[in-house]
Amino acid sequence: METKIKEIIKQVKKGDQSAFEDVVTFYQNKVYQICFRVIGNAHEAEDLAQETFIRAYVNIHSFDDKRKFSTWLYRIATNISIDRIRKKKPDYFLDAEVKGTDGLDMYSQLPAEQLLPEEEVESLELQSYIQQEIMQLPTKYRSVIALRFVDELSLAEISEILSIPVGTVKTRIHRGREALRKRLRRV
Amino acid sequence: MSCNKQFINLMHKYLDGELTRTDENLLRSHLHSCQSCQKHFHELKRTTTLLKSSSELQPSSNFTEKVMASLPKEKKRVGYMRWFKAHPVITAAAIFFIFMFSSVFSAWDQDSQLSVSKDKNLIIQEDTVIVPEGVTVDGDLVVKNGNLKIDGSVNGNVVIINGEHLMASAGEISGEIEQVNQVFEWMWYHIKDITKNLFAFTNK
Repeated sequence: METKIKEIIKQVKKGDQSAFEDVVTFYQNKVYQICFRVIGNAHEAEDLAQETFIRAYVNIHSFDDKRKFSTWLYRIATNISIDRIRKKKPDYFLDAEVKGTDGLDMYSQLPAEQLLPEEEVESLELQSYIQQEIMQLPTKYRSVIALRFVDELSLAEISEILSIPVGTVKTRIHRGREALRKRLRRV
Repeated sequence: MSCNKQFINLMHKYLDGELTRTDENLLRSHLHSCQSCQKHFHELKRTTTLLKSSSELQPSSNFTEKVMASLPKEKKRVGYMRWFKAHPVITAAAIFFIFMFSSVFSAWDQDSQLSVSKDKNLIIQEDTVIVPEGVTVDGDLVVKNGNLKIDGSVNGNVVIINGEHLMASAGEISGEIEQVNQVFEWMWYHIKDITKNLFAFTNK
């Protein structure tokens, strides 16, 4: 598949806009899921996924054919999503790390098992519940979790996409998995 | 949690697919004997499965069309620019020819007036330039938009543009005589002239 995608990318680079349609069709679910995992809202995720593809198209000439296209595309997706969170948030007071701890934020200070009142009335359909729990994690954990579980990327690929060392990726996955284990225990 | 952190680490390594055979055996035998670790491991595996089950998360069905519709239209200009960038030599040659032809054509159009390169001792009657008897022109002689009659002599080449050489006389020309009457001949003459000058210049 990767070689077929490379052929298509070559056509797109030559100016064949319609060839890009295959790229979108092939990657739309993965890109959407990554955005969704990071941003936590279906409408915004779709918006971000769309922006990802547009940006990929506009910058297609900066894509190096020797590299893996999906890696490049996911990098755009995570960057756009993380940017969006940065711009929009007044909730840094909960996302901020507690001093003297690594990766522990104010959420961990909340009683973990109790749902907030407005969350209780929300539908407890499984996916949205899982996502709700993922949203309790800091952004940097969410992006690693998203990449790891949406497309089962290797630790090395995730480290390349997010430009962080493999060791950091590992730590974040482990911590994220532990945190979610506690939160999803009752599902 | 009563058990050593070491085993939890092994569990994560297992889930990352990085566990060696010996460590795997170690973990397995421990899980057999330790209930709380078994529960922990089970929960982690379940979490992983839940996180992977995202396949029903999909964008709206017309997502592709929406993206395709909002792509920037490829402007023709952009296409041209890319072509130019890809073929710099052809672009340079094209620009060169455009400039050259336009200058040659404008030169052709502009001067319909009679002109002579040297008018010392020459007689001009209406549209005829006469080299009188006994007069010697040193160097090349160029006549534009007029006829030339040579009674004396010319020590060099003669070029007549848009005119005629009146042969009635027995003047002497030591060099070549050339008549240019059509646009294309005129251009040809220009090109030859340019190259000749170029070579003369480089030869110096």
